[in-house]
Amino acid sequence: MSLLDYFRSSKSKTASIAKERLQILLAHERYYRNKPSYLPQLQEELLEVIRKYVNVDQDAISVKFEQDENQETLELNIVLPESQNSKSPLEI
Amino acid sequence: MARIIVVTSGKGGVGKTTTSAAIAMGLAKRGHKTAVIDFDVGLRNLDLIMGCERRVVYDFINVINGEANLNQALIRDKNCNLLYILPASQTRDKDALSIEGVGRVLEELAKDFKYIVCDSPAGIEKGAYLAMYYADDAFVVTNPEVSSVRDSDRMLGILASKSRRAELGMEPIKEFLLLTRYDPNRVESGEMLSLEDVQEILSLHLLGIIPESKSVLTASNAGIPVILDEKSDAGMAYADVVARYLGEKRPHRFIESKKGFLRKLFGGK
Repeated sequence: MSLLDYFRSSKSKTASIAKERLQILLAHERYYRNKPSYLPQLQEELLEVIRKYVNVDQDAISVKFEQDENQETLELNIVLPESQNSKSPLEI
Repeated sequence: MARIIVVTSGKGGVGKTTTSAAIAMGLAKRGHKTAVIDFDVGLRNLDLIMGCERRVVYDFINVINGEANLNQALIRDKNCNLLYILPASQTRDKDALSIEGVGRVLEELAKDFKYIVCDSPAGIEKGAYLAMYYADDAFVVTNPEVSSVRDSDRMLGILASKSRRAELGMEPIKEFLLLTRYDPNRVESGEMLSLEDVQEILSLHLLGIIPESKSVLTASNAGIPVILDEKSDAGMAYADVVARYLGEKRPHRFIESKKGFLRKLFGGK
């Protein structure tokens, strides 16, 4: 920390911003790596269909794609809101 | 047994060709017969950096197509007789490269050479894909800058899934980080990602830090790999990289800033 830095604001300390942005971005990109490219769109469309019947958040749905030597599994998880203010009851 | 090294990055302009030229020269200078191949078909530049641009007669594509044999196309380096350059074609496009063709050339080189350095083009298209496909080791060249780090991470994903070693279920490619154009002064003032930041994100084995250096441009102007400029910081850093790759333990240099007292006090550049 130099004398001049002391008087300067910390606006030039952008490296920490860069690091944080990269960490968030790469976590996301690594997740979708080597997974079918249709996953994000599938998630989006599923959400639309479900919203026709229940008010759910963007975060309420998760699509997981797992791959091992023998099989590929697509796991769909929807968290329904606790209060029964849905347009109609839905069973899945 | 020959070892195939790919110098890759995804992003352009980070120092792949500079690195390829330097480490190939470094390996050869240490007594290992080395070939360096330019995979940037259509935009060849390794010949310029190595200073052999006027001696190119046949190229990599000619060899793949059987229009010339390897001995006709390989150019012996003027500074080191254990180093040979296989230039890319300047007139063809990257579709002239084929996986079988590249495999054949590498196999033939492997009979005679200890190290084969593949200088990858930027991007993730065919040239870059074939440069890394047969690799045993990967030198991932990264600048402390967001787009370069992101592209390196993408490249690591490709190395882990699309290479020959990955496809055949062999031991994976050994990946090493080369952090280039590093400016300790800017890191210290918080303007540039630090080595620790980049390591935290990419978690790679660090082979070396190449400081931002005027000697890189001077060397490319003259067509002499920067590692031969033994007094320059970049030259010394590359010599360390080669030594570490060959198994020597050397402490990392060029991480600390070189600010004088007055600069420290006033924070000037």
